Amino acid sequence: MKLFSFKGGIKPDPNKTQSTVLPIAQAPLTSRYIVPLHQSVGGTPRPTVQVGERVLKGQRIGEADGWISAAVHAPTSGTVVEIGPHIIPHPSGLATDCVVIEADGRDAWIERTPFDLDQAEPDAVRDYLRDMGIVGLGGAVFPSHVKLSVPRGKQVEQLIINGAECEPFITCDDRLMREQATEVVQGSLLFGRLLNAGKVLIGIEDNKPEAIAALKEAQQQLEAPLEIVTVPTIYPTGGAKELIRVLTGKEVPGSRRSTDFGVQVFNVATVQSAWRAITYGEPLISRIVTISGAVGEARNWSVPIGMPINVLVKLAQPRTDMDGVIMGGPMMGFRIPATAAPVIKATNSLIVHAPGLFPPKPAELPCIRCGSCAQACPQELQPFELYWWSRSAKFEKLENYKLFDCIECGCCDFVCPSHIPLVNYFRFAKSEILAEQREQQIADAARERHEFRQERAEREKREKAERLAKANAARKAEGKDLSAAALSPSPKTAPANDPDAAPDISSHPDQASTPISMDNHPVLDATAKQAAILAATERARLKREKHAGKSRDTTH
Amino acid sequence: MPANPAIPLTDQLCDVIVSSETPNTLTQSPYLVQPVSVTRIMLKVLLALLPGIAIYTWLFGPGILVQLLLATTTAVIAEAVFLRLRNRPLQPALSDLSAVVTAWLIALSFPPLGPWWLIVLGSAFAIIVAKHLYGGLGQNPFNPAMVAYALCIVSFPAIMSQWPHPLSAGGLSPTDQITAIFLPERIDAWAGATPLDHLKTTLRLATGNDNLTVQNILRDHTIYGVGGGNGWEWVTLAWLIGGLWLVQQKVITWHIPMALIAGMGSIALGFWIVDPLHYANPLFHILGGATLLGAFFIATDPVSGATTPRGKLIFAAAIGVLAYLIRVFGAFPDGIAFAVLILNMCVPLIDMYTQPPIFGEKSRGSNA
Amino acid sequence: MDGILYAIAIMALGGVVLGALLGYASTRFKVEGDPLVDKIDSILPQTQCGQCGFPGCRPYAEAIAKDEADINQCPPGGDENIHKLAELLGKEYKPLSEEHGIEKPKQVAIIDEKVCIGCTLCIQACPVDAIIGAAKQMHTIAEDLCTGCELCIPPCPVECIHMVTVVDTPDTWKWQKPGTASRVIPIIPVMATIQSEHA
Repeated sequence: MKLFSFKGGIKPDPNKTQSTVLPIAQAPLTSRYIVPLHQSVGGTPRPTVQVGERVLKGQRIGEADGWISAAVHAPTSGTVVEIGPHIIPHPSGLATDCVVIEADGRDAWIERTPFDLDQAEPDAVRDYLRDMGIVGLGGAVFPSHVKLSVPRGKQVEQLIINGAECEPFITCDDRLMREQATEVVQGSLLFGRLLNAGKVLIGIEDNKPEAIAALKEAQQQLEAPLEIVTVPTIYPTGGAKELIRVLTGKEVPGSRRSTDFGVQVFNVATVQSAWRAITYGEPLISRIVTISGAVGEARNWSVPIGMPINVLVKLAQPRTDMDGVIMGGPMMGFRIPATAAPVIKATNSLIVHAPGLFPPKPAELPCIRCGSCAQACPQELQPFELYWWSRSAKFEKLENYKLFDCIECGCCDFVCPSHIPLVNYFRFAKSEILAEQREQQIADAARERHEFRQERAEREKREKAERLAKANAARKAEGKDLSAAALSPSPKTAPANDPDAAPDISSHPDQASTPISMDNHPVLDATAKQAAILAATERARLKREKHAGKSRDTTH
Repeated sequence: MPANPAIPLTDQLCDVIVSSETPNTLTQSPYLVQPVSVTRIMLKVLLALLPGIAIYTWLFGPGILVQLLLATTTAVIAEAVFLRLRNRPLQPALSDLSAVVTAWLIALSFPPLGPWWLIVLGSAFAIIVAKHLYGGLGQNPFNPAMVAYALCIVSFPAIMSQWPHPLSAGGLSPTDQITAIFLPERIDAWAGATPLDHLKTTLRLATGNDNLTVQNILRDHTIYGVGGGNGWEWVTLAWLIGGLWLVQQKVITWHIPMALIAGMGSIALGFWIVDPLHYANPLFHILGGATLLGAFFIATDPVSGATTPRGKLIFAAAIGVLAYLIRVFGAFPDGIAFAVLILNMCVPLIDMYTQPPIFGEKSRGSNA
Repeated sequence: MDGILYAIAIMALGGVVLGALLGYASTRFKVEGDPLVDKIDSILPQTQCGQCGFPGCRPYAEAIAKDEADINQCPPGGDENIHKLAELLGKEYKPLSEEHGIEKPKQVAIIDEKVCIGCTLCIQACPVDAIIGAAKQMHTIAEDLCTGCELCIPPCPVECIHMVTVVDTPDTWKWQKPGTASRVIPIIPVMATIQSEHA
């Protein structure tokens, strides 16, 4: 098969052999699991359990909120002891709502029923996968069911199953392909069928010969109509757009979806977990996590989602001088803010850091515009220009240099002779721009609502004036009726439509004083209202005093 | 805590402590870096200059080594003083070797037996005015070495044009050479000109004399040799070797040297075809003067040069054309310096209009 | 003599043609509304709080455009807005005028629903219709619509509205600029979290 290449890319030391020697191990049960509700791109799932409720392994504890969202499930059986904010593995170090489960040690499953694919409508399959919490396990955690719906009129020519795993240290997909090759192949076929794909390709970097052999064997046994393609080891071949380019020669711009070009990409672990969900009725409650770095025993673990990272890391015998844990790889990962944070669906790798694990980063020097970064950029951007404008916070300029096409792969940082933290600048600029856009949206909405409100106030005033004029005219007409006994009823309506009627009222003092309910009503009402409010204020004061005695934090 | 005996209490083992002191290297990815640095790049440039310097020394005597030393010392001292004045740390800026590269390029483009104060003035001006007053490394819009050259050739045109005859070093012994540098008033027997300068002056004097064609001049004067000048062709060859090594080492890309040579070659070819009697052949221009030094070492300065691939081509080709026009029709012996400075001014514009298409923007492969 | 007449004729003809062209352009490319006011208005934060002394952001924008108000009277917009306005209008930057208020982090109003008496006064005060409720019914604030203008606080007879600062979530959190601030990621001592969770 003809392969293509993308420009740029780097070849860092892979550091993969340490963790591929041992097979995947099952992480032992622990006493507490912290399951964040928001684990995938999109809406935050709503909790479906309450504190104190007993849950079974695999029971849904958070249901998807909206189309782009995926459910979360209990990783083991036990009791929900808390639903509240806990620190999650996120660079911000912020806490979000988590369901905390105290395990009962029985690890008892809910009833699992396989999904009957043959009877189901396509939409039902997608809903099912959403409710089983299937999301992209390559690290992006995008809900898979969304990617399984192809826009109308588009046809998926090639379905690409991403087993490239290009980032150093990470081997979870490698071990999975070696040990669960049959399930990976079946999962790939399943997605090929769901997408009605013309061709299914599994792309694997050539530094994983065992995984390739295992998959080929499984393919032969199953006589599976798919192709296993070995691709050269260049970071970041595992990036979706780069892998599409390598396998199909198609280039998907940052602003477009790959389905527009007839391609869709899923990670190997994603298709395997989806296949298990369909075949065995197992929701996504665990994933494979590589633990390597400064540890005594680097290997892959099958870890329940929600297991505290410190508990897990301890199993790998970390070095005593460890000073941090990095989630993800050394190119795109981040240091987790607290090791008490749980393993989430995005946790593909944990690198235990100790001094000396990574080469020391030399001091930052000024940019000399040597262009190395531009040569290394797989997205063919001009990182030194982006850096220039990010640093001076001229965000509008960054539009011209396509900041949002940056995939933050870190190739530019890697080759920079001045050791400038380029990607850090791009992350900073991106989040500033997004925040500005959000603020602008909020401001626009507020302006619109304010203008609408003013318009309504004006209209109400106008209508009130018209009503008054109408009433006035009616009275006038009545007066005329009395004096000039018999006349047609038509003048009754005529003045009401007259726009001049409104100023008329105020200019005639005798009419303003006419004791008709319309004018006096609000006055009466206002006095009554005043009294009511006074009474209510008094009531509220009493209530508040009573309240303050009970709980201090609700009112202040 | 309602502990269940069935559960191994792994929780109790979780005294895996993350120290509260955040090591700076850990704040954000990527954590891996290639062992490259500005210092290494500059060091390679210096290494690539060595063959040329060796031949230069052989041709013109040890005077050039004194000039290199003077320029380097002045540049480093000026750099240190200005870093201090600007309240910047001396390290790592001082050891990045960028000042040394500038100094060497100045020494190699100045006359090898020029007076000491000339090279000191040039080096100091390059570092202080052309580099630090613009904000230091990475901020200078103009090539510092060429700014120094331009300043000196405008201010002291006579001294800047005095080149000893190669091979004999103007007939001066090494001691005489050093005297010439430090006590210029004692020695004045060696005055000469570069082949380029000589050709231009001779042609200018020859107006009306039909015998004095370029071919005749080149043939009749020993100064010219086979290529760019007697002895000069060896220096030129050494620049070429050093430059090709830089390309091979990926310190520079092929774009600028290629386009510069092509630019100069094609305009020289044009004039030569039209009037071979009064215009030297393209090879003479490519091998003569500072063309190859400029193509591989001066125009390739990344800070002040164009950076996009297409931009580099335009930038360098324009330097080649402009340098030819200046050296043939202008008042100065060579045009590389002024051509580089003029194109330095155009760099922002060139870069802006030559932005390469990004991934997915071009109709490459089988894009729909 | 003829030359002069020709010259005059040509100039006159040119004048007529160009005048017609300008006249046509002015009707053809007529700009509706005042673009400067729109530009200023788009910079203002649209809290409609009135702290600037004008009844809303647009009136303030109009006042700035007419040079009747200074650019430093908008506390919610803060320093950043003053810089933007200064740049747009080519004026000198000046710090926020203190008599108009101080810059605060973004806030939203919260109604203490236990205390609310349903008087609708706050609904009438809200410039962006972010408060939902009816007479004698409890009111509540749609947080994502609230601009934090604080206009609902004074009318409340039972003081049941207070302001809370909006906190960052992982989705709205921003990366810091490298090298500028001390980028300390909060590190929570492991044992401390576990103990507090168990407490």
